[in-house]
Amino acid sequence: MSAVDGPLPYLRLSRRRFLQVLAGGAGVLMVGIGQARADAPPLPPGLLGDNFHALGAYVRIDADGNVLIGARDPDTGTGVATSLPLIIAEEMDADWNRVSVVPLGLDVSDDNGQPRWTYGRQLGGTGTSIPAAWADLRPVGALVRWMLLQAAATRLGVKAERLRCESGTVIAPDGRRVTYGSLAAAASSVALPSQMPPLKSPQQYRLIGRDAGDVDARTMVTGQLRFAIDERPGDFLIAVLAQCPWPDGTLAELDSKDALAVDGVAKVLSIAPEPGLPWGSTAIAPAVAVLATSTWAALQGRSKLKLTWKPGPSASEDSGVLEQQAAKLLDGQTDPSMRVRNDGDVETAGKHAARRFNATYFQPWLAHATAEPMNCIVRLDKDQAQLVVPTQAPQQAWSVVRRLTGLAPAQIGIQVPRVGGGYGRRLDHDYVAEAVMLAKAVDKTVCLWWSREQDLAHDFYQPGCVHSLQAIVDRRRNVIAWTQRMASASATAHRGVPDSRLWASELRATQMPAALIPNYRSDWYALSSAMPRGPACGAPDVANAFVVESFIDEIAHQLRENPLTFKLRLLGEPRQLPLGDGTTLDIGRLRHVLELVAERIGWKDWLHSVNGLGLACWQLGGAYVAHAVEVAVDGERLVIQRVVCAVDVGRVINPLGLADQVAGATLDAMSNALNLAITFKGGRVQQQTLADYPLATMAQLPNDVEVITVPGNRAPTGASFLAMPSAAPALANAIFRASAVRVRRLPLMAEWERLR
Amino acid sequence: MLPAQAQVLPTAPEDTIVAEKVRAAIDVLINGEHFRHTGDPDLPLLWYLRDVLRLTGTKIAGEQAGTGADLVLLAGKPVPAASVSIKELAGREVLTVEGLAANDGTLHPLQQAFIDEDAIGCGYCTPGWLISGVALLRRKPQPTDDDIDQLPNVCRCGCQTRVRRAIKRAAAGKANVA
Repeated sequence: MSAVDGPLPYLRLSRRRFLQVLAGGAGVLMVGIGQARADAPPLPPGLLGDNFHALGAYVRIDADGNVLIGARDPDTGTGVATSLPLIIAEEMDADWNRVSVVPLGLDVSDDNGQPRWTYGRQLGGTGTSIPAAWADLRPVGALVRWMLLQAAATRLGVKAERLRCESGTVIAPDGRRVTYGSLAAAASSVALPSQMPPLKSPQQYRLIGRDAGDVDARTMVTGQLRFAIDERPGDFLIAVLAQCPWPDGTLAELDSKDALAVDGVAKVLSIAPEPGLPWGSTAIAPAVAVLATSTWAALQGRSKLKLTWKPGPSASEDSGVLEQQAAKLLDGQTDPSMRVRNDGDVETAGKHAARRFNATYFQPWLAHATAEPMNCIVRLDKDQAQLVVPTQAPQQAWSVVRRLTGLAPAQIGIQVPRVGGGYGRRLDHDYVAEAVMLAKAVDKTVCLWWSREQDLAHDFYQPGCVHSLQAIVDRRRNVIAWTQRMASASATAHRGVPDSRLWASELRATQMPAALIPNYRSDWYALSSAMPRGPACGAPDVANAFVVESFIDEIAHQLRENPLTFKLRLLGEPRQLPLGDGTTLDIGRLRHVLELVAERIGWKDWLHSVNGLGLACWQLGGAYVAHAVEVAVDGERLVIQRVVCAVDVGRVINPLGLADQVAGATLDAMSNALNLAITFKGGRVQQQTLADYPLATMAQLPNDVEVITVPGNRAPTGASFLAMPSAAPALANAIFRASAVRVRRLPLMAEWERLR
Repeated sequence: MLPAQAQVLPTAPEDTIVAEKVRAAIDVLINGEHFRHTGDPDLPLLWYLRDVLRLTGTKIAGEQAGTGADLVLLAGKPVPAASVSIKELAGREVLTVEGLAANDGTLHPLQQAFIDEDAIGCGYCTPGWLISGVALLRRKPQPTDDDIDQLPNVCRCGCQTRVRRAIKRAAAGKANVA
């Protein structure tokens, strides 16, 4: 059946977004959301089949009452596969128990050679999924509900305004009930309203604000859920790589005779990064690929390759030398690469100095170490490419495929199953470029995967940094001047970012305590490095929060003040503090989360507690977070006894999911700070396995994270890494009080053992 | 009597029929099912599970020290599937995450407890946690926090506190087992 005659109806949501009703099979109602030029006509029905995957609509109601809801953003463990469909289900009053969630993958059509993304934005793990969904997925659900109500009105002979919806059922004033399933067919031919149907008021919410477990939980615990690395589409070759240790090295010699003699090995191919392209869009390093009919054959073939690599300029890279260079830059004789902020006059403020405090903090390079190593599946035919990619940004993956294949926009299809961790690593698509290069050379589907060890050796690392801080305090013990100088190798270098903006990935002009202190200066010093670098979740807040929140705690200690009252005095009275870039810091909300964790941990005993207590707070993307940590010293061991985290994210979509994210980010930040560092010598990363890059074990981590959620009715913010910035400084502050050791150098455990 | 269409060959094609050499076979028992492997005896169990049997719940976790995502129970003990070859399996039963639930689909109490506690991050390392958790519960039905601390798995999503709760829930018999 055809849902509608003539051009498919659509509703304008904004200048660039519209809702569209998609023609589906009999008895099926589908509503999608699209992004296009304002005047662009929606997809013609001829392109849509009756296949859900091909169609990829947001919502589909089947005649039996089952509801399929599409999740557009990749779920890398952030819970968006649950929370995004939950938002749609709420607005359409679906019965959550009858909802199945389908990852949407990328859907793109051809708009005169330019891509038109069927689902609008598709991006995961950047803390933006929830705010975006709040804006444009609620209307999807509202429209579905409105159409069902119109169909029910006709069926029941009652005006739509007098009907109400509840858990997949429309209920008439006289008690008659019609299920969504029985209305789906009729609803799909309802004429669209002239304006957007109203959204529900929060008092009507039945799903938002209630705990919802991960929609994939059952398939995960039974081992049935397939990640990209688990897929084996027909007629495939497994590809494994021998990678050049240096991104800018070259292949000197290759003898593949023995490798090719291994039963099952089909081909040995050499690939290399395309010159002149930004990091993350082409192969990360030269490599020789062994393609075979089985993983074991490919691995055996790789072990029989005889090859040598010629080092490139990066072979002189040394993390120790970089740290020395940073120290030299920060010696006070050198002008900064960028004066990021300069309020008042830190120099003349010195005239009123009662005391001055100085500290230098060092934080090492870090790897992403995702659970699922990099991998990609590509099937390349003359007129189409089909991929399965564990990516955070399918549209960026698409552009890599398009550049390498020259295919038209709609000829490239990308499936995105659940992703085994992202943390920013999968905003880059070097592994996609590699797989496409290989697929171009064979007529079979290529399943490329890296080993965990290769993943550690070839990453777009989070750069390390050195901070030099100075604070000036007047006679009334107020901080009147703050100078923060940071040296790092920008994470956005070699990525087409102009030199004048390279600082922006390293620190924020608005970060605390900017705007709280009359004389405030922050400078950034550029280090040059050929080690690949890239985005990491929580950057740059995690590194900066560590030094800022530690240093404030240092000052409080030096002034013999209660760190909590000192911090609250620094923040001042609750108010909207303009940060100078058009945004504001809600001091009241920040104070509130800090006071909540302090009360819960029993801060009033801070001075006399046997164990050490520590606090820290931060603001990230309009959300507020604070940690309180209690640490005990048990002989040679540090034991994290208690962790409390309070967050204020505005309206909470899924409290259980939020608590999971907050506890998870807290543990991850502690794991990073406790143990982890990437070092390199001769341009090679020295950490070869996870034994050298020891993610924290259960024994090192706290047994529990007590999460306090501040109820709110503001538009929700993202929360996937909100709890990262304040976790490590609260821990370090607690360690100081437990052991009188101030850790200014990470990883924390090694430094603590050195100093104690 | 032969069918009309059948032809009687003048001579038997003795030369063209060569009996295949009897290949050495290794009998393995995985999740209660018997399999016979006649290929490379050095094939690591990980690839046998993932490539041959297509049991992909056991994940790629690292060649030496890994995340624990490739743990299986071998004769009741958790071992990384990448570290064992097929020839070492003779006479020993392998249990993977796919074999934890009962044949009728009833989940193992720890699987149910993972769902109840939402003890899942990205989900990639979940099977490995379940395997070491089940091994712990079998060895010690009422594990202490110190026992749980000994689990070898790691997780960047930070699901450890929830895994701990799930193990305790399963131990207390409080998982929502139907």
